[in-house]
Amino acid sequence: MWHRLWRFIRRLSGDDAYERYLRHHGRCHAGEAPLSRREYFKREQERKWGGVRRCC
Amino acid sequence: MLNLITRRLAWLVVALTGATAVGGIAINRGEPVNTLWFITAALCIYAIAYRFYAAWIAASVLATDETRATPAERFNNGRDFVPTNRWVVFGHHFAAIAGPGPLIGPTLAAQFGYLPGTLWILFGAVLGGCVQDMTTLFFSTRRDGRSLGQMARDELGPIGGMAALTGTLIIMVILIAVLGLVVVNAMKHSPWATFTVAMTIPVAVVVGLYMRNIRPGRVLEGSLLGLVLLLLAVAGGGWVDHNETLRPLFDQEGLTLAWFVIGYGFIAAVLPVWLLLAPRDYLSTFMKLGTVILLALAIVLLHPDVKMPALTQFVDGSGPIFGGKLFPFVFITIACGAISGFHSLIASGTTPKLLANERDIRMIGYGGMLLESFVAIMAMIAATVLDPGVYFAINSPAGIVGKEAADAVATISSWGFPVTVEQMNALAREMGEKTLFARTGGAPSLAVGMASIFGSAFGQGMLAIWYHFAIMFEAVFILTTLDAGTRVGRFMLQDFLGNFSAKLGKTSWYPSVLLSSGIIVAAWGYFLYIGVIDPNGGVNILWPLFGIANQMLAAIALSVGTGILIKSGKLNRAWITGVPLAWLAIVTTTAAYEKVFSSDVRVGFLAAANDLAAKLASGALPPEKAAVAPQLIFNQQLDAGLTLFFIAVLWIVIGDMLRVALRHLQGLPIPPLSESPHEPSRLVEDWVRD
Repeated sequence: MWHRLWRFIRRLSGDDAYERYLRHHGRCHAGEAPLSRREYFKREQERKWGGVRRCC
Repeated sequence: MLNLITRRLAWLVVALTGATAVGGIAINRGEPVNTLWFITAALCIYAIAYRFYAAWIAASVLATDETRATPAERFNNGRDFVPTNRWVVFGHHFAAIAGPGPLIGPTLAAQFGYLPGTLWILFGAVLGGCVQDMTTLFFSTRRDGRSLGQMARDELGPIGGMAALTGTLIIMVILIAVLGLVVVNAMKHSPWATFTVAMTIPVAVVVGLYMRNIRPGRVLEGSLLGLVLLLLAVAGGGWVDHNETLRPLFDQEGLTLAWFVIGYGFIAAVLPVWLLLAPRDYLSTFMKLGTVILLALAIVLLHPDVKMPALTQFVDGSGPIFGGKLFPFVFITIACGAISGFHSLIASGTTPKLLANERDIRMIGYGGMLLESFVAIMAMIAATVLDPGVYFAINSPAGIVGKEAADAVATISSWGFPVTVEQMNALAREMGEKTLFARTGGAPSLAVGMASIFGSAFGQGMLAIWYHFAIMFEAVFILTTLDAGTRVGRFMLQDFLGNFSAKLGKTSWYPSVLLSSGIIVAAWGYFLYIGVIDPNGGVNILWPLFGIANQMLAAIALSVGTGILIKSGKLNRAWITGVPLAWLAIVTTTAAYEKVFSSDVRVGFLAAANDLAAKLASGALPPEKAAVAPQLIFNQQLDAGLTLFFIAVLWIVIGDMLRVALRHLQGLPIPPLSESPHEPSRLVEDWVRD
């Protein structure tokens, strides 16, 4: 129960984004080396703020 | 069978309770109404609307199909297209759509009394706003997650598309200006608030550096650190306020603060996102969710009585906070709490790319807006539990009620809302402020309301802390909207400039970044500047302008929706978007007409410009007012032009939609439906969602 709640909070806040990226990478681009945690975080933040993200 | 009867009976009870609560709020006169009735009415209406209306729209009008693969599934790239748990999508969607608008609008609209605003927040949301969000989300999901502008172009034609884009850019400029004004008014001559709001910038930078360099990507740790620092900043503000050397540094005029906000906006737009924008957004999201939950708990625990009457005499248009009659201005003022055009940008932006299944559209599109409407109800409660005299003393500009405290209380008491100078001074002392007179913009009065609710529920001794916590809470996400909006405006402008010079269109070329950021900041900075120097308080000008722009964008989204429904052969069901669209067209056009042509100088832009010009010519103005009069006159004329432009855009899009609809009904050629072909979902029923 607590474990699931904690997973949900991490998922909601994006805390587990890098782990999900590694899983996705392993599944879809197994041959290539994944980005490091730092590189991944930098790339994602630049991408996320490219459009309308917040309203009035 | 028994089960079915029990369920029907349960819904009957919900319906009756809701009807009693709404009736109680609406019919009650004289006796104080308890806020629990507001909460009950809201929850029952939401439950019925969600269970029946939204379900009917999903099943019979849109025909959502759970076997159909969503864009998230088809284009899953682990980045922007990712099938995601519905609660997580709901959280992201709500965090994106909920901004300061539904807090400020109801606070201002409370000048008409509690009833008109409350009814519009409830019925406007379930019949208009939620439907807009849900249909836009559905249509975008069926079109690979395309944006509103693209859908307008594909489904209606290039004119509709262009209008949607221009509308978005201008609404952004007005929105940022009015939000900037709200922050400036909250910080004006308040060292505590100024220090706390200023500290949110270094706090965000520290969190940004932490999440990038010390513990990359540890969002929760970084946010927790930021929250602790923010609370320290609130407490630290109290210390600064009592420190003789530091106090004057943070005790500033409105105009100085406006220049700081403008400078800040420019710097934030050109800095890398990880340093300021992204960490600030994490903090503001946590702050927003936490405070909304806390406020709901406090209201339920405390359930104070509402002190504002159901209707005030200001329904006749003579209101001190903004001029204009109940119709159409209550609708324009509430804006985002009931229907927000801005949401259609999110519902056709990030959210459709995360949807794992079409059946989640009702919960996320319709349900997300229900929650936003509930936030607006809480803001209405926080404004109306104040003594009406206190409410009007905080929110009425000095230009209306007089600069001196004695004049202000005399004027407000003469309206039938008794208030004394001693009462206001005692309240200001409790809240840790020098004065609470003429603190326009809605934020201070909301903060006083929240502080008194929090104070009574969780400890009376800390009123000043609660007040500044509430100010900080509002400022944090107003500044997030300011940063993010300037940045989006910059991207849109660069995209546009790219048509003329490829280099200017490059978002990484620094001269272009500086130029386009400068243009956007100058645009909203201009309106902010005028709003600050206007002696009647810029809120009277800027908030209606923002409301009109926002409702215009909503009308564009509803036009696109209605057009698609008619083209899909659902003419007999197109009223679900068509009726809100017609209503918005009436409200927005009437409001715009009055704002431009009304002979009342507090409503009509042109009347105000002519009145000021006549006074200037006859030498009736004191020298300090005469100095800024030419700027104010020009601004009123510009606002009139802008309002006419909004209305032109609105009717162009509606006309374009009607043209396409009529041609479709006559069997003439029109742009074909751009819905992507059906692909079966592979995510089976027992698929484990993480």
